[in-house]
Amino acid sequence: MNKNRNFYLGLVLVLPLLASLPFWVQSEYFFFAAYSVLQFVILAVAWNILGGYAGYVNFGSAAFFAIGAYSTIVGYKLHFPQGANILLGTFMAGLVGLGMGYITLRLKGVFFSIATLAMSVVLLTIVTNTPFLGGARGVYVIVSRESPVGTGPYIHWLYFLILAMAVVSVIISRIIEHSWLGQGLMAIRDDEMAAEGLGVPTLKLKLIATSISGALMGLAGTTFPYLITYVEPTATFNLSFAVNSIAMPIVGGLGTWIGPLLGALLLGSIQQIASVTLSSSWNLLIVGGVLVLFVTLAPNGLVGFFKKWSGK
Amino acid sequence: MDISFDLLLNAIFSGLLLGGFYAALSLGVSISFGMLDIVNIAHPAMVILGAYLSWWLNEKFGIDPILAGFLLGPFFFLVGNLIYRLYYDRFEKGGGGDSLRGLAFFFGILFIIEMILILAFGVDYRNVNTSYTDKTISFGVVTVAYRLLIPFVISVGLLLVIRWAFKKTYFGRAVSAVAQDPLALQLMGVNPVKIKGYAFGLSLFTAVVGGAMLIIIQSVQPSAGREYIGLVFAIVVLGGMGNLTGTLLGAMILGVAESMTATFAGPSWAPAVSFGLLLLTLVFRPQGIFGK
Repeated sequence: MNKNRNFYLGLVLVLPLLASLPFWVQSEYFFFAAYSVLQFVILAVAWNILGGYAGYVNFGSAAFFAIGAYSTIVGYKLHFPQGANILLGTFMAGLVGLGMGYITLRLKGVFFSIATLAMSVVLLTIVTNTPFLGGARGVYVIVSRESPVGTGPYIHWLYFLILAMAVVSVIISRIIEHSWLGQGLMAIRDDEMAAEGLGVPTLKLKLIATSISGALMGLAGTTFPYLITYVEPTATFNLSFAVNSIAMPIVGGLGTWIGPLLGALLLGSIQQIASVTLSSSWNLLIVGGVLVLFVTLAPNGLVGFFKKWSGK
Repeated sequence: MDISFDLLLNAIFSGLLLGGFYAALSLGVSISFGMLDIVNIAHPAMVILGAYLSWWLNEKFGIDPILAGFLLGPFFFLVGNLIYRLYYDRFEKGGGGDSLRGLAFFFGILFIIEMILILAFGVDYRNVNTSYTDKTISFGVVTVAYRLLIPFVISVGLLLVIRWAFKKTYFGRAVSAVAQDPLALQLMGVNPVKIKGYAFGLSLFTAVVGGAMLIIIQSVQPSAGREYIGLVFAIVVLGGMGNLTGTLLGAMILGVAESMTATFAGPSWAPAVSFGLLLLTLVFRPQGIFGK
């Protein structure tokens, strides 16, 4: 309980600070960078719900992200309001997560991983060949230049949205961690057969996890079209979303709600700095390199370091 | 009707040739994933690395790319051996079960290889022209390009030699044994880690030879390997884990299916074929078409 109080107290202190940034930070670029980092926070936290707690590696983050983004495109073309598009994308990605889990989760974990990658390519091919979604050429989204809440440019509004989404994702992940769902998923990770034998409804728990994880990844994608205003398949299905959403939880520390958050803040910021100072090719080299270093040398991530250091 | 029959025949034939080449790409995954239980998702990226190195040797010293592939082979074998030692030390020694980190490890390697290629050679497409790349040979209505025929012959030859070696040689039998019962093998006085290291090295040997053939078949760019990830795993799963004959047949099936799709539905649909087949196989027959 004490821990819970500290968490929400911290949230109440930090959140107003983050939400007030548009009122005193001038640079518009800063908000693009912050958006990108927060988007990775959502993806990393979402990946961790299945990957970290249950130990199932999802290579298809980009596909779930793209489902969110393309649902927004559909909603946009049908003149839905933005809020409806966000709900639609989240729902669709959750639904695909459920379906994906249903057909693959009875197999060995590795097959689930390969199947998620396969799904990515199938969806990419379908989108590329569907003129309504813009096909290979892509589709434009027109956004207003002003933030609807009147603080300045539109990016401020997107920043508020993604900040709210990131906070919701972290809270959901934390609630899962401390609930029967999280306990059950961790039992699956440690020994699935034993968990099954002890009466843990493994398939049901895994399906709930894939649905929530997929839905949150979709959520991260729903505002992407408003950010880049031109959506095309290769940028939306970019494998860099997949590698980042795996690397960030591993670097931060798997199976804890704070690990993916730390990993995303750290790796996301490094990449923003590298894009400006070096070139964007370096981004993926850094992510890949840090990922390999952490899995081989520091399997418990930054959280593991802190625990060792504080002697717990 | 005549024309579409010719078209069909040509599509089937070029599909078979392509399938033979796919067998070479999948051969290494069939060894590492099928026999050693190592999910080397970076295998296609290593193929592309091999393609670039062969291209570079051709560009610099005028060596035939396929010959270059075989020259690079022993080097890749050694690197594979070292990678396996590291993999064993970090992910297998503690009693296994750490496949999550092993998967993430190779996923990281994939991006490192791609980005090093981009930084070293740029993002342009590269290809190699040899005396035989533009020649064709005709059998009746079917026309076959040498650039497909030569890789086909080498791929199928390589696969058959390795299949023979697995059945008949001491090393090959040890690899099969390690897949079935590593403890028993250890009791017989054979070090399973050493055997698996050699086998993983062999899988990378096939990667560089596959890459050398890829660069005479088509132009290559650094992230081209991503297209083949689904393909090679689809073929290995389709053919049944660790079954090299199945891998060859699976490769042929996928080659023909892709070539038919490209001919009759358009090339932009081709990538969905292998992944779609993979998904269907995983759902309905996870042990593969030719599996037990």
